[in-house]
Amino acid sequence: MISRDEFRTIAGNGIWKQNTSIAQILGLCPLLAVTTNAVNGVMLSLATILVMAISNLAVASLRNFIPHEIRIPVFILIVAALVTVVDLLFNANLHELYLVLGIFIPLIVTNCIVLARVEAFANKNPPLQSTFDGIFMGVGMLWTLALLGAMREMLGNGTILGGIDMVFPSLQPIQVLPESYPGFLLALLPPGAFILLGCMIAWKNWMDARAAERNKLKPPTPVATAGCS
Amino acid sequence: MTSAPKEYTAPAMAARTAATLFVFVAIFTGLLSGAYLWTKPAIEASAAEEKMKLVDEVLPRNEYDNALLEDTVTIQPTPELGLSDPTTLYRARQNGKPVALIFEAVAPDGYAGKIRLIIAVRVDGQVAGVRVTQHKETPGLGDYVEVKKDKNKVRPWITQFVGMSLATVTDKDWKVKKDGGRLDYYAGATVTPRAVSKAVYKAVKWAEANREQMFAEGAAK
Repeated sequence: MISRDEFRTIAGNGIWKQNTSIAQILGLCPLLAVTTNAVNGVMLSLATILVMAISNLAVASLRNFIPHEIRIPVFILIVAALVTVVDLLFNANLHELYLVLGIFIPLIVTNCIVLARVEAFANKNPPLQSTFDGIFMGVGMLWTLALLGAMREMLGNGTILGGIDMVFPSLQPIQVLPESYPGFLLALLPPGAFILLGCMIAWKNWMDARAAERNKLKPPTPVATAGCS
Repeated sequence: MTSAPKEYTAPAMAARTAATLFVFVAIFTGLLSGAYLWTKPAIEASAAEEKMKLVDEVLPRNEYDNALLEDTVTIQPTPELGLSDPTTLYRARQNGKPVALIFEAVAPDGYAGKIRLIIAVRVDGQVAGVRVTQHKETPGLGDYVEVKKDKNKVRPWITQFVGMSLATVTDKDWKVKKDGGRLDYYAGATVTPRAVSKAVYKAVKWAEANREQMFAEGAAK
């Protein structure tokens, strides 16, 4: 089974410490392509959570049967077969959802996150832990992509939740900047995504550096002016 | 390096590994084929429904009564329509009489490559409807040719083709206003509407020239 500490470590790694997008810097190709708005980012991440949980579970369950020398082709086989099966099942049975998520599933196959987690984690850990690892790696990706998407569309179009009508037809994107906002095309194009992602990575490193500093100093009793500096 | 246990020689080891890989491939290929065969009917049904939805956008369903998706002609690559692959043309009929042709066209000269269209042309040469099915135009600038991206929800740009025909609109009017025609465009992006207008014009012309032949095709059956 899984202990509380173990669970916390897995969750912490996925969401912050080893965040796929801003710490491991993996899977940038789909990231750049779909995060033109927050909704797309969230949808891609949801599909990724599903795929990573399933492939981590499958590989972890079969890990004792997979010879070390040929593990990579076997992993690719397992991941590719499972993703395709999920894709087919979605298409046949949950067609409405498929129309929303379906275009993202083929993108995930090209995503090296899945193979990276299978190799780095599921190959060495029991099924339950591996499933959680897959889910939390996806959750880490979810908030990162949602934030990146939200920033890009706000800068680019002045709206948030663009594309929400694809998921919930009754909802409309919200205009947050004045209607006269001229738009900033760079933010919507891939180079803009690179620049903003760079800013997010810098932000994470800064947060980590600050936390490390604080731990080292064994913080003195908080001063009244804390937070103003 | 003494990686392999002693009881295995190198060829035996290789054979064992190959056998394991083969077993994995067999199992997962089986799984995949099973899933494919099991989901095939449902996927085909929803694909047909998708197509009908697209057709509904360009031609109202109450104007024809035939099984449109089965009344098709395969048209060979047609340079006039910008098509470099064989595509399927659908024929709408009411009580056996021709109503409209529905076919694909490609505008090759979009701002970012090809723009694919589906267009319905009535027997009298009138455009019944046009929709963009695929494009890579700049988000927020040229992509308004797609109804979903058009900010004008009441009268999206692409709907202005409805009702136009070669008989009622002169050749020179089939152009965006900037080029001396009568078609609107939004400021800042002229290349995209220009490409679409040109493709629609060519498609209507093609339909005019090939209508008889298209409706006659396969009639002997």
